[in-house]
Amino acid sequence: MIDVQLQRQLPDFTLDAAFTGSADGITAIFGRSGAGKSSIINAIAGLLPPDHGRIRIGDRLIYDSNAKINLPVHQRRVGYVFQEGRLFPHLNVQRNLLYGTNFGPANGHIIEMDEVVRLLEIGHLLDRRPGTLSGGEKQRVAIGRAILSRPELLLMDEPLSSLDGSLRAGILPLIERVRDELGIPIFYVSHTLEEVIRLADHMVVIENGAVAGEGSVADLMSRLDVTPLSDLPDAGAVIDAVYQKYDSQFDLGELEFAGGSIRIAGLQSAPGAALRAHIRARDVSLMLDRPIDTSVLNVFAGTITDIRDTDGPQLDLLLDVGAPLIARITRKSVHELALAPGKQVYALVKAVAIDRRSLGGSE
Amino acid sequence: MFSLFPAEIEAVLLSLQVAFWSVGLSLPFGIAVAWLLARKNFPGRMLVDGLVHLPLVVPPVVVGYLLLVLLGRQGVIGAWLYDWFGISVIFTWKGAAVASAVMAFPLMVRAIRQSIEAVDRGLEDAAATLGAPPLQVFGTITLPLITPGILTGVILAFARSLGEFGATITFVSNIPGETRTLPLALFTQVQTPGGENNALRLVIISVVLALAALIISELLSRRLVRRQGGDA
Repeated sequence: MIDVQLQRQLPDFTLDAAFTGSADGITAIFGRSGAGKSSIINAIAGLLPPDHGRIRIGDRLIYDSNAKINLPVHQRRVGYVFQEGRLFPHLNVQRNLLYGTNFGPANGHIIEMDEVVRLLEIGHLLDRRPGTLSGGEKQRVAIGRAILSRPELLLMDEPLSSLDGSLRAGILPLIERVRDELGIPIFYVSHTLEEVIRLADHMVVIENGAVAGEGSVADLMSRLDVTPLSDLPDAGAVIDAVYQKYDSQFDLGELEFAGGSIRIAGLQSAPGAALRAHIRARDVSLMLDRPIDTSVLNVFAGTITDIRDTDGPQLDLLLDVGAPLIARITRKSVHELALAPGKQVYALVKAVAIDRRSLGGSE
Repeated sequence: MFSLFPAEIEAVLLSLQVAFWSVGLSLPFGIAVAWLLARKNFPGRMLVDGLVHLPLVVPPVVVGYLLLVLLGRQGVIGAWLYDWFGISVIFTWKGAAVASAVMAFPLMVRAIRQSIEAVDRGLEDAAATLGAPPLQVFGTITLPLITPGILTGVILAFARSLGEFGATITFVSNIPGETRTLPLALFTQVQTPGGENNALRLVIISVVLALAALIISELLSRRLVRRQGGDA
């Protein structure tokens, strides 16, 4: 477990956050720009001294204001992948990669250069200078360099934010590989829901320098009160599902989850594969009676469990269809259908509304 | 064919010797002071900054006189050096090197300081997160990145040392073979009736030396830029 507890006065607000990161896999640190995410991981790395607090990685205490423990950056064994890469311009890729291996302790799990080069597909870049690399290549090298320093915790500060869509899509699977094969806990800072759902199991939501919610991605996404999430245009429940079969005639994939089966357009995967589907609240519509002759392929019977009232023209309804589901519908519809907690409804989700971007693998 | 007289060769070699030692000995201090001024906020920082730049703004004779007062046999530091170590720099080429070093120091510090200020601190942070202790960060990241600035500082200081006149003649006088560097030799010829021809020869030698230094530094810095991948 990684325990973080921090207080620090910043120019715009006070950082006062406490949370626990999981000891394996990716813990997403999610929040809007300027919420304090980067300050938190800078404090963990030792680049920003907190005023008070405690940071513990496993059984190693790296910072404790009461016990006057404050390990310097180079002794923390916290790897850091910066937003802008920060490769050393005077060293070639290979020497950048090997930089941290000069300083690590002799004991412990050794990660081989060859393995990292294979994982991140950077073998052809070894002799190049950082100045000649593309943005995506730079980030892959930066990830490799951080891994090779054998950190006990790896911090990633929006590593994909400087890349455009297709490059991003190319690096996400590599980060998944790092997550699944190396066993280094990762704190992944992001303000992009898509990345979080795809990569992380555990999630800490930061708002105004404080923790607004903490828990599994699926749990947090199906809560209406974690406003940094539920206010998003892309808000919606995340369900864990298992791939069942592919219907080649209509190009549809079928998944099984706690609420039944769900069909998704154009999805092919291996039967038995664990997948995570993000069903955006705005893609869910409600009916009081079981729909007949509808084009919508996914219909779930369930109960309304909660309504989040906001000032706007639309409301968020939390449904229990065996798993949580969120529907975002107009205030007018809620009024006309007399929707209220406890009421039985049918939730409709178009199979074409769930695209590849909304899916993540979880292992 | 232009061939040098023994006295000219003596002056050239002496000038190079003085400039070499002046730059070589002041370089570590130059880097340290430049780093302090660029990175640290300490009480008296303005004063240090001012003192370093002083030789640039006061007449060189003043610097020479101050050196005489401080480093002469009866001087505050000079007496102590002589009593304890038997070292005396006054009226020797070593004294000329000290005078040159003091005069050239501000130029060296300015060039190095600017390059330190231009270094992306984020790279040093990155090196620390990879486990490098502060001294290693300086040696493997900061130093290589400021090498072009150091080179500029060294060349400027070297050129300034070759040309140093006022502080040198005041501090260590004009002794043939000991402290008579090129500018002092030139001064001597100008003072001598009928020395115009010899003075012109010394002028040409000085210009050639200075040009050579500039060309070498330009070639070196081009090579450096190429080696760093051309991305500043």
